[in-house]
Amino acid sequence: MQIIPVPGNLEISTFDQLAGELVKGGEEKVLFDARHLRWVDPGGIVGLLAAGAYARELQGAPPRLQLVEAGDVATYLARMNFFEAAESIFELDIKPPRRSWSGSDVLLEVTPITTNTDVHAVVDRVQKQAGTILSRTLNYPASAVVQFSVILSEVCQNIIEHAEAPGWVAAQAYNWAKRLGRQVLTISVMDVGKGFRGSLADTHAARFGDRWGDATALEAAFIHGLTRFPDSGRGQGIQQIRKQVRRWDGTISIRSGTARIADVPEWDEAPPLEEHLPAFPGAQIHIVLPAQEGGHA
Amino acid sequence: MPEFGIDPVSIDVGHLVRRNVASLYSSLVTRPTGQAVRLAIENVLAEEAGPFSLSIIDLSQVTIIDFSCADEVVAKLLLRYLAEERPKDAFFVFRGLKELHRGPIEVVLKRQSLATVAEMEEGPFQLMGVVSAEEEEVWRFLEERGALAESDLGNVPSAGDANHAMALLVQRRLVFRNPLTGEFRALSSLMQDLA
Repeated sequence: MQIIPVPGNLEISTFDQLAGELVKGGEEKVLFDARHLRWVDPGGIVGLLAAGAYARELQGAPPRLQLVEAGDVATYLARMNFFEAAESIFELDIKPPRRSWSGSDVLLEVTPITTNTDVHAVVDRVQKQAGTILSRTLNYPASAVVQFSVILSEVCQNIIEHAEAPGWVAAQAYNWAKRLGRQVLTISVMDVGKGFRGSLADTHAARFGDRWGDATALEAAFIHGLTRFPDSGRGQGIQQIRKQVRRWDGTISIRSGTARIADVPEWDEAPPLEEHLPAFPGAQIHIVLPAQEGGHA
Repeated sequence: MPEFGIDPVSIDVGHLVRRNVASLYSSLVTRPTGQAVRLAIENVLAEEAGPFSLSIIDLSQVTIIDFSCADEVVAKLLLRYLAEERPKDAFFVFRGLKELHRGPIEVVLKRQSLATVAEMEEGPFQLMGVVSAEEEEVWRFLEERGALAESDLGNVPSAGDANHAMALLVQRRLVFRNPLTGEFRALSSLMQDLA
């Protein structure tokens, strides 16, 4: 059995460790050892689901997931609907705890995205729940709920239009006291589908020749708005998301295959492009929106 | 417009969305929903409208519109009826627009160099999308008067060629020109006549 240690802090920046462990494996059954998990954010939660789904696909059997049954992490995972989503992916070693977390900073629990209707359900739910978090916790104007819903709609649609595989979305507000000195809203969307390189290969690989790869595919979509569809109205979603995230001084990153591309504001030190990461299928989109200081954005 | 037949067609997009997606909210999101709504609009025009129609696309009940839906319901719809091989002669006014609709609609119009007449929820009719300064001036001049004869174009206080600008507005279906009388009509004025 291959034992994959889940990082103690599971978030988007430690997801690469998880991916790195997966690629080492062969055909044996997989056990995700999350007994030392002490902190996880939406990026980490959907990352764990995606890693489990990928392992399941590789091995043809559900991987096992070990978690500590009691404690804040298990309670938080329950509050975020992790166990409902995990049921169809993992063999769980624990009985899922009851959802007793009363935190009001969860904007969107983990939601599987497989159909158009799922995206509508996400937008509907966010319209109900986002207003208070965005305005009171993050100092965004009332109109931000609409712009935020549009961002969510566009990133979730990418799963259905391009991935040809399941995906998940989650969002929550946090206090980044040490990192940034204020509250942030994080949104994570992941799928285990074709990825940008796979999606764009048929229509764009030839023009790049030998340079074609995960990084060039990401640049093609992220920077140049290229899409596999010939329709001239396509390819606007990511561009518009980037613009809105920039207006809010946020960051957006997209990881696909072995590369990650990002729009990085001044307060973040992440590189705008990373290559040679451990290979992982599909796409992982991560957005961080900081609280607005003083007045509204 | 008793001597020339134009059919008014009023389409409530919020109702179409709720019919297509089981939702309490009228969120115009996702491309498949946008495509379904656009096709529903085209079907209404095919079945209910005569050869010439003024279609009033009502977005007042739409809570959110994303870029994918704006591309389908606004840009692609306009492109279809601007094309040489368009199914009918349809003119469009988008009504009930809120400020939150403006961003996605302006983006998709700009992408395709399109423009449309819009009636905001509050405020006067306006042109959205890509128009030249001359087109804007001539359109505004007509909008304030409702109707103009060709000879009136000399009164447009424009530095540019008002005749050329008006010809473009007619070609882009932002202004209606009566084929019998040659009179130019603002679409807002036409709406009031047909109401």
